[in-house]
Amino acid sequence: MRKVSAFNILAIVLGIAFLYLPIVILVIYSFNASRLVAVWGGWSTQWYAELAGDAEILQAAFISLRVALVSASAATVLGTLAAVALVRLGRFRGRLLFASMIYAPLVMPEVITGLSMLLLFVAFAVDRGFWTVIIAHTTMAMCFVTVIVQSRLVDFDMSLEEAAMDLGASPLRTFLSVTLPLIVPAIAAAWMLAFALSLDDLVIASFTTGPGATTLPIRIYSAVRLGVKPEINAVCSIFVGVVGVAVLAASLLAKISGARGTPARL
Amino acid sequence: MKNQPGSLWQRFTLAFPYAWLVAFFLVPFLIVLKISFSQGAIALPPYRPVLDLTAGWRGIEMFLAGLSLDNYRLLGSDSLYLLSYLKSLQIAAFSTLILLIIGYPIAYGMARTPRRLQAVLVVLVMLPFWTSFLIRIYAWMNILQRDGPLNELLMALHVVSTPPVWLATDTAIYIGIVYSYLPFMVLPLYAVLEKLDESLLEAAADLGCPRWKTFWLVTIPLSSPGVLAGVLLCLIPIVGEFVIPDLLGGSRAPMIGQTIWMEFFGNKDWPAASAVAVVLVCLLVTPIVLFQHLAMRSEERS
Repeated sequence: MRKVSAFNILAIVLGIAFLYLPIVILVIYSFNASRLVAVWGGWSTQWYAELAGDAEILQAAFISLRVALVSASAATVLGTLAAVALVRLGRFRGRLLFASMIYAPLVMPEVITGLSMLLLFVAFAVDRGFWTVIIAHTTMAMCFVTVIVQSRLVDFDMSLEEAAMDLGASPLRTFLSVTLPLIVPAIAAAWMLAFALSLDDLVIASFTTGPGATTLPIRIYSAVRLGVKPEINAVCSIFVGVVGVAVLAASLLAKISGARGTPARL
Repeated sequence: MKNQPGSLWQRFTLAFPYAWLVAFFLVPFLIVLKISFSQGAIALPPYRPVLDLTAGWRGIEMFLAGLSLDNYRLLGSDSLYLLSYLKSLQIAAFSTLILLIIGYPIAYGMARTPRRLQAVLVVLVMLPFWTSFLIRIYAWMNILQRDGPLNELLMALHVVSTPPVWLATDTAIYIGIVYSYLPFMVLPLYAVLEKLDESLLEAAADLGCPRWKTFWLVTIPLSSPGVLAGVLLCLIPIVGEFVIPDLLGGSRAPMIGQTIWMEFFGNKDWPAASAVAVVLVCLLVTPIVLFQHLAMRSEERS
C-alpha cells in the first residue's frame, strides 16, 4: 500500500502554495483602493471601473483575442495534418527535416523565432501588422498541436482504420469518419493550448507586429516596464479569472466525456 | 513500410504543413544565418549586401564577396557578449538545479497520494501554466517591490530591519524562473514516479534495506528518464529567456535573450543580433542532439 508521509503532504502543500500565492496576492491588490500599490487603502473596484473606460487596453484585448482565434485555428489544422503525416506515413524522403522543423520551434527561444520572422517579413517587404502576428503565432503553436495530436494517434487502434479501408473507404473518407472523431478530444486540447500560447505571447508579437496591431501582452509590458500599476493588476486578474474558469470547465468536460486526451504539455 | 506517400490525401497531409514550415521556419532561419554574415548599413533594410537576383550571376558573386565573418569576430572580441552567454548558462544551470531540488519532493509526494487526488493535483500544477507567463512575472513585481508584501512580512517578523532590495537583482531572476518553470519540472518527474513499480520498493524493504537507501538506490535511478526530461525542458528555454530577466532583473548584466533584443531594438544592429542568435542556436542544439543520440543508443541496446 502507498503510504503518504507528513513530508509528502508538506511538499505538496508548499508547492501548491508557492504556485498560487503570487496570483492570489495579485488579485487581492487589484481590489486595493489606494493608488500606491503597496499601501492598502481598503477594498474597491475602482480600477475595474477605470478599465472599462480605457479604450487602448480594450482595443488591445480585442486584437489579442482575434489573433488568438485565427492563429489557434490555423495552427490546429496545420498541426493535426502534420501529426497525421508523421504517424501514418512511416518513412519518407525528407522525414528527418520535417520532424526537426516540428520539434525545433518547441525549444527555440522566442527571441530568435521573433527575430527570424521579422527578418523574413523585411526581406520580402511585407508590411507588418495583424496578419504577420497571426502567421508567426500559427507557426509557433502548430508544433505544440502536432506533439499533442501525435501522442493521441500513436496509441490509436490501427485496425479501425484498416477495417474502413478494407471496406473500400478512401484514405480521406477514413480520416474524416473514423480517425477524426476519435482524436477530437486531443484536437480540442491542442486548440486550447494554441489559443493560450497566442494570447500569452509577448516576444514574438513584439517582433512581428506593426502599427495598429498592439496586442494585450505588448500593452501590459509597456505599461509595467517601469513598475506596477493598479489598472494592470485589474486587467491581469480578469485574465486569470477567465483562463482559470475556461481550463477548469475544459477539464471537467474532459472528465465527463471520459476522454483520455488530457491537455498535457507533454 | 511505405516509402512515398500514396494517395492524394496523404500527400496533402504532408505537403501543406511541410510547405508552411519551410516558408515560415526554415527560410527565416536561413535569412538570419545570411544576415549574420552581412554588415550593418544605414539603409533599409539596415544591412549589406542584399542579394540582387536581377543581376544574374554577377549579382550572386557580388553578394558572396560581400559576406564576412566580422560579426562573429565582434562576438569574440567584445566581452559583453561572452559575459552575456556565460550569465545565461550560469542562471539556467543553477535554476534548473534548484527546480530539481524543489520539484522532486513535490512530484514524489503527488505520486504517493491516492489516485483520485492525483488527477486533481495534476490539474492544480498545470493551471498556472495556462495563465499568462507575463502576468505571473508581473505578480512577482508586485510582491518583490520595495514596500511590497514580502518585505512587509519580513519586517513584521523582524527578520530584517531595513527592507532589502529584491527587484533588479539576480535573486529576483531566480525566483521568477523557478516559479515559472516549476510545472515543467514537476510534471515529467511525476509521470515517471507515478508508474514506479511499488513491488520493487517492497522487495527492497523485505530484504532489510532502510527507506532512505531504497530511495537512493531504487527510486532515484528508476526516475532518471523523468529527471532528464525535466532538466531538458527547463534548462534549454531558460538559457534564451527574455521576459523574466527583463522585468525582474537589472540591466547591468543582461542575459543573452536581452542582448539580442537590445542589439535589435536598441542599437538597430541587425547583423550583430543575428550572429548572437546563430551562436545561441548552436549552443542549444548541442544538448538536444546529444540527448537524441543517447536515446537512440539505448533503444538499440534494448
